[in-house]
Amino acid sequence: MIQQERMIVVRQSEIAQHIFELTLQGQIVQDMAPGQFVHIRVSDSFEPLLRRPLSIANIDKEAGEATIIYRAEGRGTEILSTKQIGDEVDVLGPLGNGFPVDAAPEGGTVLLVGGGIGVPPLYELSKVLNARGIRTIQVFGFATEDVAFYEEQFSTLGDTHFVTVDGTNGTKGFVTDLLEELKPEFDLFYACGPLPMLRALERFYPEKPGYLSFEERMGCGIGACFACVCKTTEATDQDYVKVCSDGPVFPKGVIQL
Amino acid sequence: MSHLSIQLPGLELKNPIMPASGCFGFGKEYGKLYDLSKLGAIMIKATTVETRFGNPTPRVAETPAGMLNAIGLQNPGLEKVMKNELPYLEQFDVPIIANVAGTITEDYVEVADKISAAPNVKALELNISCPNVKHGGITFGTDPVIARELVEAVKKVSKVPVYVKLSPNVTDIVEIAKAVEAGGADGITMINTLIGMRLDERTGKPVIANGTGGLSGPAVKPVAIRMVYEVYKAVKIPIIGMGGVSNAQDVIEFMSAGASAVAVGTANFVDPFVCPKIIEELPEKLDRLGVKYVKEIIGRSHR
Repeated sequence: MIQQERMIVVRQSEIAQHIFELTLQGQIVQDMAPGQFVHIRVSDSFEPLLRRPLSIANIDKEAGEATIIYRAEGRGTEILSTKQIGDEVDVLGPLGNGFPVDAAPEGGTVLLVGGGIGVPPLYELSKVLNARGIRTIQVFGFATEDVAFYEEQFSTLGDTHFVTVDGTNGTKGFVTDLLEELKPEFDLFYACGPLPMLRALERFYPEKPGYLSFEERMGCGIGACFACVCKTTEATDQDYVKVCSDGPVFPKGVIQL
Repeated sequence: MSHLSIQLPGLELKNPIMPASGCFGFGKEYGKLYDLSKLGAIMIKATTVETRFGNPTPRVAETPAGMLNAIGLQNPGLEKVMKNELPYLEQFDVPIIANVAGTITEDYVEVADKISAAPNVKALELNISCPNVKHGGITFGTDPVIARELVEAVKKVSKVPVYVKLSPNVTDIVEIAKAVEAGGADGITMINTLIGMRLDERTGKPVIANGTGGLSGPAVKPVAIRMVYEVYKAVKIPIIGMGGVSNAQDVIEFMSAGASAVAVGTANFVDPFVCPKIIEELPEKLDRLGVKYVKEIIGRSHR
């Protein structure tokens, strides 16, 4: 059920260059699932006007807290990064359909692939999968060491490999370069990151089932404004999907890449 | 009689608040969030004869206190709207205003003829003002002679009153308003979006794939108020006002300028619960003004 709530900031810190980790407390947390997102209004004024869709990195239902990790790169996220402990934030959520965790076979192994600011939702997913006894192999790509994050957190969950474009952390290059070298054995993959990465993964693992989480410029976040539509492939019976309400996670092969 | 009720051609409104076309889809998304029977009416997304995918993305861009959009009239087409969308809305006690769009006159006539026969469609809103399609839409809304002829053609087939949605992208909106009134329009809805553009900081190219988009949100409200004010003086048919409405105070401002009811657009994207919130706020705002019935404030700025 989608709700609107004024959540309370309980923690906020810069964990990498311009990358912020923000923890919010509220009732909405009880309904959250991995891969879903929240739509945040960073100001109560008309400036900026629209909400910001941000993925959920960690869900702590016991404490009633959810953590989001975002890059402060525009007017909205920069304002969000100035929020202090105790501040209230207008949150709409949880929105969208998350990762289908039941798709992972019992006792199986899954590959998690993330790129840049697409990495955060994979953390909650990894926690949930590991709690179900599913092994995770985790491969994450970043531009450079300065903007990389959560290496330790992911390492406690499973095999974790970092890749940076400039080689300042882990293998130099893209996630696919490392995957070529690693040749991991797994049953299915989940991925979130830039389109070229998702496209490369679809081509890299044509035989493996996989789920991709997409990012698109959004208006309403609930499926009404038609800002975030994507064309689908011929394999589906729909002409288009809306990333916000039909996604953001889709089985591979649904969206034209 | 309720203090908030308004009577308009074809429409018995419980209150003067309705979501604007294009900002509410066909109601399904919002129907999951609250009881749509609370609304005065619903202006559904523009319907064309054929299925339309709309424009390439990006289709929206934020601007100071507003946003640009170039969705491009994406809709499932007349047949599917009649079969899937309108029946869904029948479960709610709310009149539907069907937004009708097309490329040529015959398109408008065909959609109007069929959609006006749906049991819950109580009025049509002719979309002669969409700035985001290359053909049709705004070309009908910028020439008074063509606008009048289109209204006349649609009036011949429509089973319900016809409202015409005006574009602000004209030199003299009063001239167009008078033309559609002369053509037999039962009411006017105004304003559609203002054509605008935003360029990317880095590339210098338009942010929106379509190049231009329609500007909406609080930024356009003063323009809309001015236009409603002018048109109210010039025509006898009622006006449904819109353009940046975000709260009950804005509703009072539009009605004071001459609107008989008010549509809420972009604000639904910012806060999906905004319409019921405004309906709840309105009586208190009226009390503060010493007004008993909301209809008393229609056009009060002219008295």
